[in-house]
Amino acid sequence: MNQELLEIRHLHKSYGEHTIIKDLNLTVHKGEVIVVIGPSGCGKSTLLRCINALEPIQDGQICIGGESIHKDDKNISEKRQKIGMVFQSYELFPHKTILDNITLAPVKVQKRKRAEAEKEAIELLGKVGLSGRKDDYPRQLSGGQKQRVAIVRALCMHPEILLLDEITAALDPEMVREVLEVVLDLAKNGSTMIIVTHEMAFAKAIADRVIFLDQGEIVEESTNPKRFFENPETDRAKKFLDNFQYEKN
Amino acid sequence: MNVEVMREYLPLYWRALLLTLKVGWIGVLLAFLFGLICAVTIHLGIPVLRRLFKIYIELFRNTPLLVQLFFMYFALPKIGIRISPEVCGSLGLGLLGGAYMAETFRSGLEGIPAIQEESAASLGMNRLQIFCYVILPQTISVSIPGILANVIFLLKETSVFSVISLMDLMFTAKDLIGMYAKTIECLTLLVIFYLIMLLPVSILGSWLERRVRYAEFGD
Ligand SMILES: Nc1ncnc2c1ncn2[C@@H]1O[C@H](COP(=O)(O)OP(=O)(O)O)[C@@H](O)[C@H]1O
Ligand SMILES: [Mg+2]
Repeated sequence: MNQELLEIRHLHKSYGEHTIIKDLNLTVHKGEVIVVIGPSGCGKSTLLRCINALEPIQDGQICIGGESIHKDDKNISEKRQKIGMVFQSYELFPHKTILDNITLAPVKVQKRKRAEAEKEAIELLGKVGLSGRKDDYPRQLSGGQKQRVAIVRALCMHPEILLLDEITAALDPEMVREVLEVVLDLAKNGSTMIIVTHEMAFAKAIADRVIFLDQGEIVEESTNPKRFFENPETDRAKKFLDNFQYEKN
Repeated sequence: MNVEVMREYLPLYWRALLLTLKVGWIGVLLAFLFGLICAVTIHLGIPVLRRLFKIYIELFRNTPLLVQLFFMYFALPKIGIRISPEVCGSLGLGLLGGAYMAETFRSGLEGIPAIQEESAASLGMNRLQIFCYVILPQTISVSIPGILANVIFLLKETSVFSVISLMDLMFTAKDLIGMYAKTIECLTLLVIFYLIMLLPVSILGSWLERRVRYAEFGD
């Protein structure tokens, strides 16, 4: 739990004149589960996209396993293999079967043997309760099933850290649970994750550390999720959680 | 209508059909390649080529094939470039079709959401891999209806080949009418042979369209 895996120093991200993230510092250790919450538009997705180098950054540094990562790096695709990402909208490849969705990158990028990659894919599919669906196409699956496949697809690359961006936000309520259970399982098995979510009960249960982001800044950070959700220290976090409660009811 | 006469002309029409098919399909193939190259170049924003290809597209989409063929067949020899009618036909069709195919592929490419590219990138794929395994197959499958419309359009355009004395279906019909004045017979055969050429494409096309959309395609 002590080994530093991800280190963000003085991150500054803007779109033109518009500053989205200012001077953000964050260190994530191996095995740690970080939950990021905050109002819509505060920069949560942008933060994850910066970490995965999908966005160029204007200042600061992001290091993964001690190595700096930037969108314009020559070997960026190699560095990205250490980072898995799951999107709100699944983003499976519609022209490929579930099995091919999962094995495409292991086979083409990591040059693993197809048979071996498929074996692992089928194993992982079994763990998320989808072993029977490997030959289906994404369009034949429900949202919750697609999202579980997307998680498996990311896992099959053996990333060192997983970034989950509101992965249940597009799901019908009855499907949220099946996806969150998979994530809880990952946490139990020691996966390092940064999770952006609006599911507060889930956040409270899974987080080693909660980060409250507002207007591109970390306003409050707590290693005691229970206390944070029940009794946040800052007014801004309190207000956000109160509003949230109100909207939910 | 004299069926006996029609039967007599049949071999000539078959020969013309084969030639039309050959020149036509080579043209279609060229159009596919030119179109894909243009669309990808424009999509990737490759500096000088992008401009050049845009000019090419506008040039060929806004002039009739007849004029393009005249130019290649009668004007180019004046500057020492001499090409056979067959090559001229295929190339002309390829260049015209390339301009149309480019637009089809381009709108297909634009229809693939950027986040698909990002999800592939987040799996560690490089630009080439993303293009070959994720973007291109999807582009082709969403472009199928447009591609088919272009193929049928191009095969119909072969009817102007007669102006560069290529002995295609149109040329054969006109020739026979000129010689024997069996107008109804010749034109009926002409219609029948164009149907023989195009109906299978239409039928195969709609079948393919149903099958290929979102199904496995390419690798
Ligand atoms: N490509 C972009 N161009 C300009 N502004 C953007 C872009 N992407 C996001 N933004 C802006 O950045 C801010 C943060 O967005 P985002 O990170 O998606 O918020 P969150 O995920 O917390 O809801 C928003 O104000 C949004 O409008
Ligand atoms: Mg977001």
